[in-house]
Amino acid sequence: MSVIQVQAAGLLTTVQDLGREGFGPLGISPSGAADPISLRLGNRLVANPEGSAGLEMTLLGGIFSFPDGAVLALAGADFATTLDDRTVDPWTSFEVRPGQTLRVGSARWGARCYLCVQGGIAVKPFLGSASTHLQSGLGGFDGRPLRKGDVVHTGSAIRTLRKRKLAPQLQARLSARQVLRVTAGPQSNWFAESSLRTFYAGTYRVGEQSNRMGLRLEGAPVTQSSSGEMITEGVSLGAVQAPHGGSPIILFVEQQTTGGYPKICNVISADLHCIGQLRPRDEIRFEQVTLETARALLIEQEKLLASEESILE
Amino acid sequence: MLTPLTEGARFQPASDQSLLIYFGQEISIDAHQQVRRLLHLLESQPVTGIRNLHPAYCSLLVDFDAVQLSHNDLEIILRGYLDRLQDVRLTEGRRVEIPVSYGGEFGPDLDEVASICAITSAQAIELHSSVTYVVYFLGFVPGFAYLGELPEALVTPRLARPRQNVPPGSVGIAGKQTGVYPFATPGGWRLIGRSPIAMFRPDRNNKNLLSIGDRVRFMPISKAQFAALESA
Repeated sequence: MSVIQVQAAGLLTTVQDLGREGFGPLGISPSGAADPISLRLGNRLVANPEGSAGLEMTLLGGIFSFPDGAVLALAGADFATTLDDRTVDPWTSFEVRPGQTLRVGSARWGARCYLCVQGGIAVKPFLGSASTHLQSGLGGFDGRPLRKGDVVHTGSAIRTLRKRKLAPQLQARLSARQVLRVTAGPQSNWFAESSLRTFYAGTYRVGEQSNRMGLRLEGAPVTQSSSGEMITEGVSLGAVQAPHGGSPIILFVEQQTTGGYPKICNVISADLHCIGQLRPRDEIRFEQVTLETARALLIEQEKLLASEESILE
Repeated sequence: MLTPLTEGARFQPASDQSLLIYFGQEISIDAHQQVRRLLHLLESQPVTGIRNLHPAYCSLLVDFDAVQLSHNDLEIILRGYLDRLQDVRLTEGRRVEIPVSYGGEFGPDLDEVASICAITSAQAIELHSSVTYVVYFLGFVPGFAYLGELPEALVTPRLARPRQNVPPGSVGIAGKQTGVYPFATPGGWRLIGRSPIAMFRPDRNNKNLLSIGDRVRFMPISKAQFAALESA
């Protein structure tokens, strides 16, 4: 088994895979990568299964060394990165020799970058998944973000570098979206017509207090037409909930599993990964589409991701 | 004569990959048992393409893989399950006692609750610990059990400004609900006490102290008993 030595951990670096699905009845949300498409593609660049665990870095990466060497790829937002003195391109697999140091800098755009290592990050799974659930301190590396001095184990690697990179057209498709597409929420008819118009016409700023649980939006408040009392119910990933007269919140990967605020809309599956690349002060808008359109977009996206041409050798 | 149990079940898409099934629009034991029956059926006879289930008071949210299933496909499958709800025999929930040290630093809102309800703090404690509660479901965060129903005389609205950080073990009330916070989280429920018992035990097979359908009583303990139980 090989290791990664953490010399600096960055702002918030956690072990993530594609999350633990199926524990809603215990109140446990899936967690997992905030931008799962980047993690999946990054894993393919280093010949891992798509769902292998990697390191999710937020806004600022860390400094890592690999005493046994490693095959790596950086996926997601472009964090200015060097290996010793050489610049490392994102979305391309590369080899690190023992003694070399990888310095992952700050984001040139977006919020999250994944360090994928051949063999995957090896931690004791919690409920079948390696992902860290920060709020409850469960899963991942001791249930917490990485710190300077940590030694992280990696799975067994084949250690043959076949240089792989992401197809440029796919990179273009994955670039940040400023308009999130949504479908109507289960309580969208609780909101006044005028309020819905304001919501869809308006621009919202991602608040500073946003995190993996949820993104707080600053902008025109939305008001309900009825003052009905919600009965707590299950909430889905990407739900946009709006307390009466308050600012909307997008529920994200470490979301609460149930909630008592009405939901005005829900970000479509094909755009969920874009939420993971939003940073505080980014400005976004919402565009409503039908359920049929949302499903067609997801199926098209999955087809594109699965195609052989998405990864170039 | 048996009334069909599926009568009144209503389907509502929540997102492009989730569907809500409502059993009426109010908190009731009947609706709760419908939710439990459907949850039980879906857990014992899983549907390919369903990823996750979120039971609540009178609804079940079903997350599914939208590549494999449409809302319509899923609704047809679920209607087949609803037709068989009558056959599900629910097991009697366990009876669980939860020790609570009420008031003081552990229950900073106890006195205010008593004053809103025009009773003494001692009466508020007596009321809260006099009732057997049902675990309606687990949700919010890992191990948080929604317990009901609170005696009418203790019903108070939630805090106008939620706390940023509720200490783990805190016992809160809100409307007709009560519950114990398993982790330090933000929270808007009024805090009346604290329990030294872990609600979520990640290293155990049975991770939650409480399961859906269990019956719960709160047992007042002193600060000294709290300290002894906490260090046990």
